[in-house]
Amino acid sequence: MQGNIASAEGALAAGCTFFGGYPITPSTEVAEHMAARMPKIKGSCFIQMEDEIASMAAIIGAAWTGARSMTATSGPGFSLMMENIGYAVMTETPCVLVNIQRGGPSTGQPTMGAQGDMMQVRFGSHGDYSIIALCPSSVQECFDLTAKAFNLADRFRTPVFLMADEVIGHMREKLEIPDSVEIVRPKTLPEGMLPFTPGPDGVPGFAPFGTGRYTHVTGLTHDERGYPDTTNPARHDALVRRLVSKIEDARHEIADYTIVNEDAEYVFVCYGAPVRTVKEVVDKRKVPKTGYLQLRIVWPFPEELLKRFPKCRAFIVPEMNLGMIVREVGRHVKIPVIPVSRIGGELHTPEDLIEAVKIAESTT
Amino acid sequence: MRHEVRFSGFGGQGIILSAVILGRAAALYDDKHVVQTQVYGPEARGGASMSAVIIDDEPILYPKVRDPDTYVIMSQQGFEKYGSNPRKDAVMLLDSDLVHDRPSCPWVGIAATGVAKKELGREIVANIIMLGALSSATPVISGKALEKAILDSVPKGTEELNLKAMKRGQELGSAGGSS
Repeated sequence: MQGNIASAEGALAAGCTFFGGYPITPSTEVAEHMAARMPKIKGSCFIQMEDEIASMAAIIGAAWTGARSMTATSGPGFSLMMENIGYAVMTETPCVLVNIQRGGPSTGQPTMGAQGDMMQVRFGSHGDYSIIALCPSSVQECFDLTAKAFNLADRFRTPVFLMADEVIGHMREKLEIPDSVEIVRPKTLPEGMLPFTPGPDGVPGFAPFGTGRYTHVTGLTHDERGYPDTTNPARHDALVRRLVSKIEDARHEIADYTIVNEDAEYVFVCYGAPVRTVKEVVDKRKVPKTGYLQLRIVWPFPEELLKRFPKCRAFIVPEMNLGMIVREVGRHVKIPVIPVSRIGGELHTPEDLIEAVKIAESTT
Repeated sequence: MRHEVRFSGFGGQGIILSAVILGRAAALYDDKHVVQTQVYGPEARGGASMSAVIIDDEPILYPKVRDPDTYVIMSQQGFEKYGSNPRKDAVMLLDSDLVHDRPSCPWVGIAATGVAKKELGREIVANIIMLGALSSATPVISGKALEKAILDSVPKGTEELNLKAMKRGQELGSAGGSS
């Protein structure tokens, strides 16, 4: 099965009942598969929207009816979604976006893989905020992490992003579909509690429309009733700090990763398609003194994990961009951090990474 | 046993579908580990197209084909772009109607497009003829697994035509092809 279709199946297994989207290479198969499957599932709805701005608006609206909702896009489509992504953040709307990353900027390389949206997903909408981003490196992870994304979206009432890439999205390999997946729905809003009063974890209970509660939803800075209050500095400060901290404070608890060779001196920090090359180099070819940290959740960034390699002399960060997460690694450690940047659409070869290890050895 | 198979031709010939069928046959019916990948352009038809399959007894980590032992080439441009530098012990199946050059490695010419058009009346099954030849001329895939995967993959109503194409390909492949 293809990664994109595995992602769609993962969403359906998690109980996604609304998909609003606009097809764009290389994410089209996600929408195509949902369009074929959803009309046959009772209570489900697939809508092809007029563009990506409307797609994002549609899934926000659907989420406020209590549905698990999703869209999928790539490249320029992701840029168009940015404004409403901020709206979803501000209104604390649980929803899932699949971004099958392709070469940019602009229309760039529609059919080639990239990881160039890793900063855009974190910072692309205006204002201060935080999000959750998952990165699959296999067809199985496309399924598993999409299903997981819905639970994280509901738990933290936030948009959650499956940041795949064309390499993984269009790759076909074996997939094992479990009999059922874990489903964790949002906390309900307790009786007598205002709709934006946070719980102890910073996340308010959720009272979607039609559940008998009055909820006012606005992208403006709002009070705990959800009513606009835009000129009170303390109100804005408290609200936005809470939107950030409800996610950042949970970053170590929700971290999803694999660590191999804690004693390694040269440690790859990797996510998405380059994980495959790293595994080839470390697990299969067993290049001496190497190990790796695979991040399946890249944002929020779990920097404590970097301390799990006490003998590490240098971190090596292979990415299909000109260096994004390498900067995040670099700001948390005092040892050399070496980027291995590859753009153009092709995955790093094992030789690229072995060469990087040699460079690391000669500079440390 | 590990095999790296590369398919190449132009958009519209079913180059990606060929790799998908081969991958499905090996993964589901020969019980192997398989990864299938592709390179294609934004054009709907006519652009150079490449797809690849790795078949292994062990899990496959690095997913891209880099040193194929088997090629299936269905256009001259595909040969030039993806088939002109094979390793010495590779085996190349080529559509002898559409590929004019011949490689430095052992090769088998299959007049797939001509046979599809003249004998079967449908040019569109040339890729299935090539897959049939692959199953008889190389150890990559068993005929039984291939047949099941073809039946899984082709549109309803075309099963008979596709199986005929596969069998014709197997005959051409085991006869050693033509120049």
